[in-house]
Amino acid sequence: MHEQQTIEKITYRDALRQGLEEAMRKNDKVFLMGEDVGRYGGAFAVSKGLLEEFGADRIMDVPLSESGFVGAGIGAALGGMRPVVEVMTVNFSLLALDQVVNNAATLLHMSGGQLNVPVVIRISCGIGRQLAAQHSHSWEPIFAHIAGLKVLSVGTHEDARYMLGMALQELDPVVIFEYTAMLNHESEIHEDQIVRDIKKAKVRRGGKNLSIITYGAGVYKALEAAEKLMGVGIDTEVLDLRVLRPLDIDAIRATVTKTHRVLIIEEAWKSVGVAAEVTALIMEHAFYELDAPVERLCGAEVPIPYPKHLEDASIPQTEDIVDKVKKMVGK
Amino acid sequence: MIEFTMPSLGADMEAGTLREWHIEPGDYIEHGDIIADVETQKGIIEVECFDEGVVEKLLIKEDEKVPVGTVMALINPVGGEEREEAVVHEKPEKMHETRREPVPHVVSPVVEHHRIKISPLARKMAEENHVDYTVIKGSGEKGAIVKEDIEKAISQEEEQPKSTEEKPGTTTNFREAIAAAMTKSNREIPHYYLEIKVDMSKSLDWLAERNKQRQVKERILPIALLIKAVAKALQQVPDLNATWENGLVKKPEINPGLVISLRTGGIVVPAVRQADRKSIEEIMETLNNLIPRARSFKLRSSEISDGTVSITSLGEGGADRVYGVIYPPQVALIGLGSIKNEPWVENDMLGIRPVLSITLAADHRATDGHTGDRFLKALRQQLLNPEVL
Amino acid sequence: MTAMTKEDLKKLLFQLLKSIAPDAEPEKLRPDENIREALDIDSFDYLSFIVALDEKLGIETPEEDYGKISTLDDLMNYLSVRT
Repeated sequence: MHEQQTIEKITYRDALRQGLEEAMRKNDKVFLMGEDVGRYGGAFAVSKGLLEEFGADRIMDVPLSESGFVGAGIGAALGGMRPVVEVMTVNFSLLALDQVVNNAATLLHMSGGQLNVPVVIRISCGIGRQLAAQHSHSWEPIFAHIAGLKVLSVGTHEDARYMLGMALQELDPVVIFEYTAMLNHESEIHEDQIVRDIKKAKVRRGGKNLSIITYGAGVYKALEAAEKLMGVGIDTEVLDLRVLRPLDIDAIRATVTKTHRVLIIEEAWKSVGVAAEVTALIMEHAFYELDAPVERLCGAEVPIPYPKHLEDASIPQTEDIVDKVKKMVGK
Repeated sequence: MIEFTMPSLGADMEAGTLREWHIEPGDYIEHGDIIADVETQKGIIEVECFDEGVVEKLLIKEDEKVPVGTVMALINPVGGEEREEAVVHEKPEKMHETRREPVPHVVSPVVEHHRIKISPLARKMAEENHVDYTVIKGSGEKGAIVKEDIEKAISQEEEQPKSTEEKPGTTTNFREAIAAAMTKSNREIPHYYLEIKVDMSKSLDWLAERNKQRQVKERILPIALLIKAVAKALQQVPDLNATWENGLVKKPEINPGLVISLRTGGIVVPAVRQADRKSIEEIMETLNNLIPRARSFKLRSSEISDGTVSITSLGEGGADRVYGVIYPPQVALIGLGSIKNEPWVENDMLGIRPVLSITLAADHRATDGHTGDRFLKALRQQLLNPEVL
Repeated sequence: MTAMTKEDLKKLLFQLLKSIAPDAEPEKLRPDENIREALDIDSFDYLSFIVALDEKLGIETPEEDYGKISTLDDLMNYLSVRT
């Protein structure tokens, strides 16, 4: 069984579903609520078939009101349940931001430590499916800015499979970003890539010439770029941040200390993003390890365009990463 | 378009060989960037450019030898507008009311301290391994010194002991260069000489007192104090801080060049820039940096060409005084003899004092004995009151 | 600092002198010869030598003692008393 698991390829979507199924089986206080998660099987078919298995009480369709149902999820968490709230697309998460910031993230503080809010909010996000500015954006930085939240980014199949389960162990609100563009991506679950906590960043590929620090949809692109770069003799390390709040300073310092050169890849807009925060942390914690200025490849500062070629041009692609790294290493 | 020409790295230099370009067309260069290595009789010199802009074209190939003044590269100035050179050059002229019209290319632009680009890691490694990174050529972006450069420097140091190192400036070349400059000087410059003896006890006591509080590494040699004193005296007599180019051209900065003799024979004269504005400690620091580089032939072009006056010092225990030969086109050379205990009369009492004989060799076309005398008196005054230096 | 034999000390001194004056042959110094004069070392290099002594042996030589270390014999005596 174990052998089989390591060689069988599954999609990112199936990995997410398996994680969800496992969590629901393990603990009957866990339930899923969100738009179209039940009868329709989820806007992106992540929860397909779950209604049949767990019933309408635990796979709950909700009205089109992000503020309302995220608020309800927070209430359920306060009441002792373990809700998983799905927000269909990142754009609409802004409608629920009031609930997330003013209730979920702050109640523990405002109640003098009496009220934990163990809600898990899953948000589909990312760019690359021609969903235009209405349905594709990268607002990880917005959420990662909020004190009181734990913010996770699912960049690999391993995390798609196991992150949710770990998030449900937390006492406080967790926001998980999942990437629409990766849903059909097939990969094996590699034992050595599974991280059994949601505190640490993970070195997805070891290298010695330069470190790419990234998260989410940037991880596989960085790994692909690293393969190509190996062809020209550049050995690139790829650090997947995984946890955007709080950031794993030790892992960042370790990779800088190892390679002394850093490129940060982020699909979100460049200004005031996670990449900027990581850069600042490197200045504070690893300045004397740097052998070159830290560089960033991030999203263009435009609303995400609809046409395919413009959409592609709006975020860093594998080739851009390869070119940039070559330039930084001087080859 | 700015024309970058083969610089004159001393009066004795007539031509130079381009050994390496550090730039290529399209590169953006900033004020003070090292853009080429030029080989002269004095070895390979890193040549800086004091313009800002984008390199348009390189006109000289590597290993080509061209006369001083030959256009080597074209640089497109920032913003597409050339700076009004005349304005820059006229300023010092007006301030000092000189007699003749300005001679544009001898007035050095105001040179700020040259910043070395080095990565934080490389700097840390250099410090830990006692590598002098100021003499290393960077291979990183925009010539930044990176880890690899320091590693190379460390391994080279281990591989070859310094004594066997082959350096570009050979003794023969050096002798030729010095011979040319000194011949020109003695042929063209009508020297006059003055001498003054100074009781150095106050200066030496003052220095000893201060050195007592310092770590060995931070101790200050008398030469640093003497350079400062010369610079301050030149402030009062600016006519000697000048060059003669068909007329006296006073210099806006006081950059005394210190004659440094090389163990392999020959001398180099790197400048201590703006010595009048530096503290004695800063001058000592500059010397700590300059002298080892001068001895390993790793000076920058501006350090060789920026001197506005020269100081030659014999050190202790040797000849009493030195009558120097002026380094053209400068107009003065200050000679410091060795400090010796001598009988000394003061207030009609005879005592023993450490006495320094200071000479001045000056260009009689540029100044007269009276000017020289004023300078030596001013210098003595400085050395008798070291606490105000 | 562990005790150093006279030979070790001499070796170290020669090494330091050589690093300052690579062409000089300190081995040929007579014990009573003035080091600076014999090897043609100027005040700047002499200071470097004293700094190196401080770094290698941990001996700070005050300026007023410079006169006590002008020959090889004097220098050896001076240092062995202090190490």
